[in-house]
Amino acid sequence: MAIKVHGNPLSPAAQRVLLCLAEKDIEYEFVYVDLATGQQKKEPFISINPFGQIPAFEDGDLKLFESRAITKYIAYAYADKGTPLLVEDPKKMALIQVWSEVEAQRFDAAGQKLSFEILVKPIKCWATDEALVEQLQAQLATVLDVYEKRLAQSKYLAGDNFSLADLNHVPRINNLMKTKVRALFEQRPHVWAWCADILGRPAWQKVLAGLN
Amino acid sequence: MAIKVHGSFFSPATMRVLACLHEKGLDYEFVPINMGTGEHKKEPFILLNPFGQLPGFEDGDVKIFESRAITQYITYTYTDKGTPLVYHDPKEMAVLFVGMQVESQHYDPPAGKLAWELTIKPFLGMDTDEAVVEEQEVQLAKVLDVYEYRLAQSKYVSGDSFTLADLHHLPTFHYLMGTRAKAVIDARPHVRAWCADILARPAWQKVIAMQHS
Repeated sequence: MAIKVHGNPLSPAAQRVLLCLAEKDIEYEFVYVDLATGQQKKEPFISINPFGQIPAFEDGDLKLFESRAITKYIAYAYADKGTPLLVEDPKKMALIQVWSEVEAQRFDAAGQKLSFEILVKPIKCWATDEALVEQLQAQLATVLDVYEKRLAQSKYLAGDNFSLADLNHVPRINNLMKTKVRALFEQRPHVWAWCADILGRPAWQKVLAGLN
Repeated sequence: MAIKVHGSFFSPATMRVLACLHEKGLDYEFVPINMGTGEHKKEPFILLNPFGQLPGFEDGDVKIFESRAITQYITYTYTDKGTPLVYHDPKEMAVLFVGMQVESQHYDPPAGKLAWELTIKPFLGMDTDEAVVEEQEVQLAKVLDVYEYRLAQSKYVSGDSFTLADLHHLPTFHYLMGTRAKAVIDARPHVRAWCADILARPAWQKVIAMQHS
């Protein structure tokens, strides 16, 4: 099959790519990477992603890494398939770029570290740093206050339609909903409604079903 | 004037946007924002960037923030002007997207922290945290090892042409070159050559000149 995703289906970064493929209704082969044995740090994986992190992606002879680069490629290359995730008008596209950067630079900066402290560390029998968790929650709360104002003005982050900017958030929000961080989303009505909407999309339900 | 940049000549993120405008040969109005008086945390600036950080950007009725979103808006809107900076074929674009993510997710965290500790803090009269500097130099070295491998294969990070993926690095490299962290760059010949090449570009020299005027 031309499209291959290399990763672990429980990784939010890999899920970001799987969700994008599901929204676009594109078939792919999933190649499991065993993180426990450090397979991501060795050949052949490391030739695709020299940073030794999942996911990696192939489309014919094109080899990519960084989940947000991959989802953006899929959205451009397969613009005519499935859900439109980008727009042609540069002015409207600008808003998708802005909120995609906000997700990567601000939302996930706190979200990824919270996920690590609360969900990943216990699995490895490492102690969660509770003081750091409080600090990160305060950081995320400040970000979500901006989201609350934004989502009071439009249904989705970049406008009235679901876009790549919203999609990139889904796996992390899904993870954080399993933790006490859920309260931060619940306390903000527009954010909460937006979360319910994007997590309720059939493509995401399909990704979750595939995990089982 | 339709294009306005609200920021500071010394802010790396502002400089990133200015570099892009100069590469494209676009006219713009610069609106200085005084961080010392907290102007970036108040109206009207905060209406342009709700996170209260530099820069903010206007192009007619387009009002946006996040420097890497602004550079992408500029390059995809003004495709016929100045240096191309992006590709239009999806597969070439994809390699560019990877380069841009690598800059923001892998390179910028240690480089930004080093620029803060070694250049900006002393300028503000604050003490450098040497432990942070040592730790971040180790991180930067690991990242630049990957760059060294990549730049042995192509002249620029995303292929044979200078693109946004290279441009986005300019402000932090500019600051690091004036510090001990320069040694991390100099120890890697392909990285050193690429740095020298991109920092020497006339458009970037114009951005630096604005700091002195």
